[in-house]
This record gives sequence, C-alpha cells and structure tokens, in this order.
Amino acid sequence: MDMDSLFYWLGIAVVTVPCALVLVLGLSALLDVRMGESAISQLTQFAVLLSLLPAIAILILMVVSGKRYVPIELGDWVSIPEVHFHFHWKFIFDRLSVPFVILALVLSGVVGAFTRRYLHREEGYHRFFLLYSLFVAGITISALAGTIETLFFGWELVGLSSALLVAYFHEREHPVRNGQRVWSVYRLADASFLLGALLMHHLTDEGDFGSFVGKGTWPDGSASLSEGHALQVGLLLLLAAAGKSALVPFSGWLPRAMEGPTPSSAVFYGSLSVHLGAYLLLRVNPILEASWQLQLVVITLGLISALFGSIMSRVQSDVKSSLAYASLTQVGIIVAEIGLGFYYLALVHIMGHACLRTLQLLRAPTLLNDYHAMENAIGMRLPDRKNKFGNLIPESIKRWWYRFGYERGYMDQILDSWIVEPFVAVFQWADRQERRWTDWLSTEPSRESDKTESHPESTERGA
Amino acid sequence: MPELHFPWLEYSILTPAVGSIFVWWIGDRQAARNWSIVFCTMALFFATGEWIDFSLLASFEAHDHWDIIAFLFNQDVFVVDELSAPLLPLGALIYLVTVLSTLRTKVNRFSFAWTLFAEAVMLATLSCRASWAMVILLIIATIPPWIEMRRRDRCTRVYTTHMGLFVGLLLIGYSILQLGRGSESITLLAGVLISAATLLRSGIFPFHCWTTDLFEKAAFGTAILFMTPLTGAYAVIRMVLPIAPDWALHWIAIVSLITAVYASGMALVQVEARRFFCYLLLSNASLVLVGLELVTPIGLAGALCVWLSVGVSLTGFGLTLRAIESRIGRVSLSDYHGLYQQMPGFAGFFLLTGLASIGFPGTIGFIAMELLVEGAVEVYPIIGAVVVVAAALNGIAVLHAYFRIFTGRNPSAQISLKARLPERVSILVLTALIVGGGLVPGPGIASRYHAAIELDRHRESVKESNSVPPPVKSIPHP
Repeated sequence: MDMDSLFYWLGIAVVTVPCALVLVLGLSALLDVRMGESAISQLTQFAVLLSLLPAIAILILMVVSGKRYVPIELGDWVSIPEVHFHFHWKFIFDRLSVPFVILALVLSGVVGAFTRRYLHREEGYHRFFLLYSLFVAGITISALAGTIETLFFGWELVGLSSALLVAYFHEREHPVRNGQRVWSVYRLADASFLLGALLMHHLTDEGDFGSFVGKGTWPDGSASLSEGHALQVGLLLLLAAAGKSALVPFSGWLPRAMEGPTPSSAVFYGSLSVHLGAYLLLRVNPILEASWQLQLVVITLGLISALFGSIMSRVQSDVKSSLAYASLTQVGIIVAEIGLGFYYLALVHIMGHACLRTLQLLRAPTLLNDYHAMENAIGMRLPDRKNKFGNLIPESIKRWWYRFGYERGYMDQILDSWIVEPFVAVFQWADRQERRWTDWLSTEPSRESDKTESHPESTERGA
Repeated sequence: MPELHFPWLEYSILTPAVGSIFVWWIGDRQAARNWSIVFCTMALFFATGEWIDFSLLASFEAHDHWDIIAFLFNQDVFVVDELSAPLLPLGALIYLVTVLSTLRTKVNRFSFAWTLFAEAVMLATLSCRASWAMVILLIIATIPPWIEMRRRDRCTRVYTTHMGLFVGLLLIGYSILQLGRGSESITLLAGVLISAATLLRSGIFPFHCWTTDLFEKAAFGTAILFMTPLTGAYAVIRMVLPIAPDWALHWIAIVSLITAVYASGMALVQVEARRFFCYLLLSNASLVLVGLELVTPIGLAGALCVWLSVGVSLTGFGLTLRAIESRIGRVSLSDYHGLYQQMPGFAGFFLLTGLASIGFPGTIGFIAMELLVEGAVEVYPIIGAVVVVAAALNGIAVLHAYFRIFTGRNPSAQISLKARLPERVSILVLTALIVGGGLVPGPGIASRYHAAIELDRHRESVKESNSVPPPVKSIPHP
C-alpha cells in the first residue's frame, strides 16, 4: 500500500467511525432497542478511539513524510455540472485541522469516559450518548472539512446536538427555555454562514477552500476575492462565528448553556463548540487578510468580548457561569489574535484553553470539596487575593460595573426588547387582524382553538 | 407519444374511486378503515408501478397502455411526465399513511369514503396537463372538505368565500384563455386571473385565512390531505408557468416570498398545534412557489426537490401532531406538556420530520434547500437571503413546538400513549424516505433537474409560439 492510499484509508476511518456511531445509536433509538449502559459507553469509547488512532497515525505520517497538506477526496455527493452546482465531499488534513481534530477526539474521549459514571442510572443515558455521538460526528466533519458545504454540514450537527443537550434535563422548564435560546442564536448564525457560503459560491463558482482562499497550505494561502467582496463574505462568516462562539452581542447563551449536564458543558461550551467560531475564522484566514477593515472588526469584536467576559466572570454567583464567561474572555482574545494575524498562537491558545477549561468544568461539581481539601492541606483558609488596582476605582463606578457584570451586560434584555419583542408583537398584531377578518366573515367566533385546554394530558383522558 | 406497459394511471385513479363507493356502502366503520387501507395500498402500488415503468421508458412523457379515455375522447387526458411521475406515488403514499395512522377510536369522525374519493381526484389532477379536465378536477377537489365541515356543523363561510373566489377566477381565466387564443393581451389577462386563482388555492398572503380555518374546523387528517400534496403549486406549474411573462413570475415569486416569511413568523406566535402546523406548511409551500417562479433550471430543480421533501416530511410532522391530538385532545403550545417519556418514538419522529422540512443535513430536504437558495441567489441575492431567513425562522418554530409538546414538565398522563403498530409502520416508512433521500440524494436531484430543464424548455417553446401550450417534444433521458 503506497503512502497516498494509507492516508486515504486512515482519513476515511477518522470521519466515518463517528458517523457509524450515530447510525448505531440512532437506529437503536428508532427501533426501540434497549442497549445497556455499559454497551453504550463501551461502544462510544471504542468508536472515539477508532477515530482518534488513525488521526494520530496521520499526524505521525505527515511529520515523517514532510507532507503538510493531505486532501481526502470522496467525490461529488450531488452534482449538476450544467449549472456548476455540486456538493463535494472533501476532507483536508493540514496544520490546522489535524491538531484540532485530535484535540476534539481526545477531549470527547475523556468526557465520554467521565460520563459513564456521572450519568449512571440516569433516565436519559442513551439520549445523552446519541446526542454526544452526533456532536462528535459534527465536530470531526467540521474540523476536517475541505469544502464550505462540508463544514456547514458538520456545523449544523454541532448546533443541534448542543441545543438538545442544553435541554437534556427536559422535565424542567429552565433547561428547555435555555436550549431554545441557544438554538435560536445558532439558527441565525447558521443562516449567516449559509449566506456567506452562497455568496462565496456566487463570487468564485467554487466551494472548495483551496479555490477561494487561493493556493498555498494553511496559513499561507491568499484569497482570490477582491477587498470589497472579502469584506462582505467575511462579515457574514464573522456573524456566524460570533453566534457559535458566543461573542458579543450573542454572549447571553453561554451561561444558559451550562444548564446541561456537566460533561456536555465541559466538552461543548467550555472547550470545543465555543471554539468552533474561532476555528472557522482560522480556516478562512486569507479572506480576513484581504480586507483590513474586516481585520479591524475582528480585532474589535474579540477585544470587546474579552473585556465583557472578564467583567462578567468575576461577579457570577455560580461556578459554571463564571467559567463560561472566563471561556468567553479567552475566546475573545483568541479572536483578536486571529484578527492580528497570529494564527499559530491562536491555534495553540485554543488547544491549551480547551484542555484547561474541560478540566475545570469537570471538576466544577466538586469545587467546594476541592477547596476544603486544599485548605486542609495548607492548614489555613485560602488567602483572599485583593486587587490593589481595584482600590483606585471609586466605589460608585465599581458598583455600577458589578451590576453590569452580574446582569450579564444586559445583553439578553437588549436582544429581547430590541429584536424579539417587536418581532413577536408585529406577528401577534397580524394574528389579531386575521382573527377579526375570519370572525367577520364567519359572523361568529371563528377559532375553535381558543377552547383548547392548557394541559389536556393531565385530565387522564384516554383517546 | 410513448406508452406505458400497463394502464397504471387509470388503475391508480380507479382503485380509490371504486374503493370510495365500496367503503361508503359498508356500514361497519372498522371494516371501512381496513378496506380503505387495502385500497390505498393498491393505489400506491399502481402509482409506484407507473413511476418505475415510466423511468424504464426513458421518455419525457407517456400515456397509459389501453388508454380508454384517449380512445373514447380522442384526447390524451391522463399523461404522466417527468414532473408528475414521482408526485403520483408521493400523493398516494400521503393518503396511505394518513389512513393507516387513523386510530380506531377516531374512525367515526373521519370519512374514509370521502378520503378515497379525494385521493382519486388528487391522483387524476396530478395526471392532467392544463386542460378543462384539470380545471374541473381542481374544483371538485374543494368539495369533500366543505361537506365534512357542514356535517360537523361548522361554519363554512370563510372556506366557501375563498374557494368560491378560486373557482370563479379559475373558470373565467381559463375560459378567456381558450376563447382568446393567439392574442397577447387576452393571454395576459387570462394569466392574471389563473395566477390569482392558483395562488389563492396555494394559500398565498393575504388570501390564506381559509387554510387556518380549514385546520380549525375540519378533521386534522382531512386538512393534511387537502394541503400537503401541494395541488395549488401543481396548478401553478401547469397553468401559469407556460403563459406568464418573466416579470409577472418574478412578482409572484416576491409575493410567495412574503408569504413564506409571514407564515414562518406567524408559526412562531401560535399557541395551538394545528394552527402552528398550518403556518409551517404554508411557509414551506410558499418556498416551493418561490423556486418555481424564479424560472431558472436550478431554481426550478430546487423547488421540485423541496416539493418532495416537504411532501414527505410535513406529512410525517402533521401525522405526529394528529396522533398526539387523538390521544390527549387539541394540543396547546402556550405551555409545556412533557410528553417525551410517554411517547419517545413520536418525539424522535416529530423532531426528524420537522428538521427535514427545514433542510437539516442528512435529511431529504438538505440538498433541496441548498439548490433552492442557490437558485434564488443566482437571480436576486436578496431573495436568496430572505429564503434563508424564512428557513431559519421555521427551524426556530419547529424546535419551539418540540420543546413545548415533549419537554418542560414531568409526565402526568396515567395511560400509555405509545405509538400503535400501524403508526409505527407509517413512522418507519417515512423515516426511511427522509433519511434515505438525505443520504443518497443524487438520483432524486438528477430526476428533478431533468424535469426542470423540460419545464423551462416547454415554457420557452410556448413563449416563441406565443400561443396556448403545444405538446412537448421528447428529449433523450439522461
């Protein structure tokens, strides 16, 4: 077997094994086949390992052979050559995707092993692992995507699994509301992504990253777009990245996402999902370089997000929210680094931050225990670190910032009152006008649905 | 014109028509349900046979073997072509799964005889080209829901007003078209009237209130069957597309786009499941119309693909809501119900069908929606952007409904609400189509693209001759 064939089959294994896991767990759920906890977790860990090992093998082969760009072409899924429409399955292994996919699979494996005990005898054990497998498949496809359509495919899988995992404890109302909030932000981000992708298609007639970011391996490519076009496409992709990475003004969903079980918080919102937006920016770095205005916007957005995250993380009243905003601070800095052109630094920053945050979030449920252990070890209370700089700020300003941070920058309230409420009000008004029209035509109340009970299922009434 | 190897079309139409009389004659409701399943299965068998036979012919169009109607009237009334070939089995499947998933407890409220009659009319309509036969069938199709609402002592004024207008516009428009052959201005006037009629039948804003009224007052199954085959869109393709000028079609596309966004916004604020479903269906049906009116091969292909995906996915979505309703009564969306634990199968299927309808990756709608948006961006980028926004709003609405119905509370019902065997069969069949079509989209896309090319070519030939649509010439199949 020659080197290219070896790369090809290893690459196929990395991508297909997580997809096969989704298929197995999904089919068992659909056909109502009950799988035991140990069978589910062992299958999951085996699948992650079977995906991780070929990824590591590819890394070793790349280092040994000196190859820095390994494309894996699976051909066209759909093709209409007459109108230049094609959905091309292509995965690339390069200096960006290989570290990220290995990171994703290592952290997913760790969290999978952690969850085995953490969710032992939970009602939704099977559901968690089904969504987890969907996430692993999504993040693997996104990380290795060689075309914008392939990236969008994985991006959507990550979004859906994340939203449903936030609502994992679905017998309570709050997690569900938060899951809905996350999904709504993701949908808008996805819409922006799709528009950016289509605009890119429109401008270049290509969906392949290699084609629209020019020749050269990552990060040395150069965009084949003009400055104006790069700005248009870049802003749409930046909006998509901002939604996915919870940058300002979408930061409100990040602490809400912590309503999910700790393992999902750790792997998704603490380490992987939250970095996916930054990853997208890294992948399209030549587009950023093609427009200085775009770079400026990226840097500004990153720094504002970092500042907001820093303020908010200091005053949250629960550890997971505090960690969520601490993540935002780091993600903001990573985005600013990308804007400044420090791509390798940003990649290393992502990897370090993802590992640290996963560890912190997995330890979060036992934080008090850890504190006690440390205090017992040193034989005294942990020192209260006072910030000398803080003493220079007037008390009134400190109080204002405290309130601002505690209320999470009023970002959710602003989005609600400026966008959601007017939107809902307009359509509720339209609904009332429709009611008037049909009532007038019917010469009687036209809506039988008004008599619908709020909870007919509670009346214990059979069919 | 090439001939099929068997009279598939006539049999697929006659089977439910005969079944309708037979079932009407049977007094026992359970037996009527069982016989309806048999007749619907036979109709699906013949419709599928027609599709396979037609595919093997590798022709653009064909008519039945032993075509009795053509022999009697010397005219090809029932013709299958690349557009209608997959729509016939799709329509038959929609009827079969609806009848199959009707619970025994609901057989007294659901008229099987009228359902089979409606199926025969729908299949006949989808087998027709623009002709008086099609006009009459479109009018007849409006009668069964009206009769059902009258029988249930519901006020039919909203429905009657809108459908009366539809019938009037269609009759006048088609009469003018036939009388004024060759005259450009008369063709334009006829086109305007027929367009108004078909758009009204499709539920285009602001003439859509009859659709919500139908869902409010008719049986849920009847409303689903009247709306999901998208007969209005079929009428647009057959009667409007060949004669309308480009500028008129672009205006229709804009009106359809407004409807798509309006309906998706309305779906988000509904507090009752039937109305929510109605708006979701309207939004998706309007997206199909947007693609049809773009008049580009890629836009048309996208619309035809979305048509199939919407037909399959929203039928499944509607049937899930109907199954829940038949267990607990009308479903309010103003609060959480927490039904997941009692009906996990329905919950999963609800989510799958809802996601398929918005074009989620891995489902039948994914590539279809991509094609549609690409086609829209090609003509007007802003239209493409608005299509994406409408799809995003629909996605938010679908998950909103999922959370409201299946989560947010501890289960409180004391009885089993799980899917019965016939419902499970329906779920599995539709799931196979949704996932299968999502994983292997190539053949379906190729077929729809070829149909789009033919429609475009047909339209161009009509424009050149500037007269009533001539018969279409066959071209080699890819």
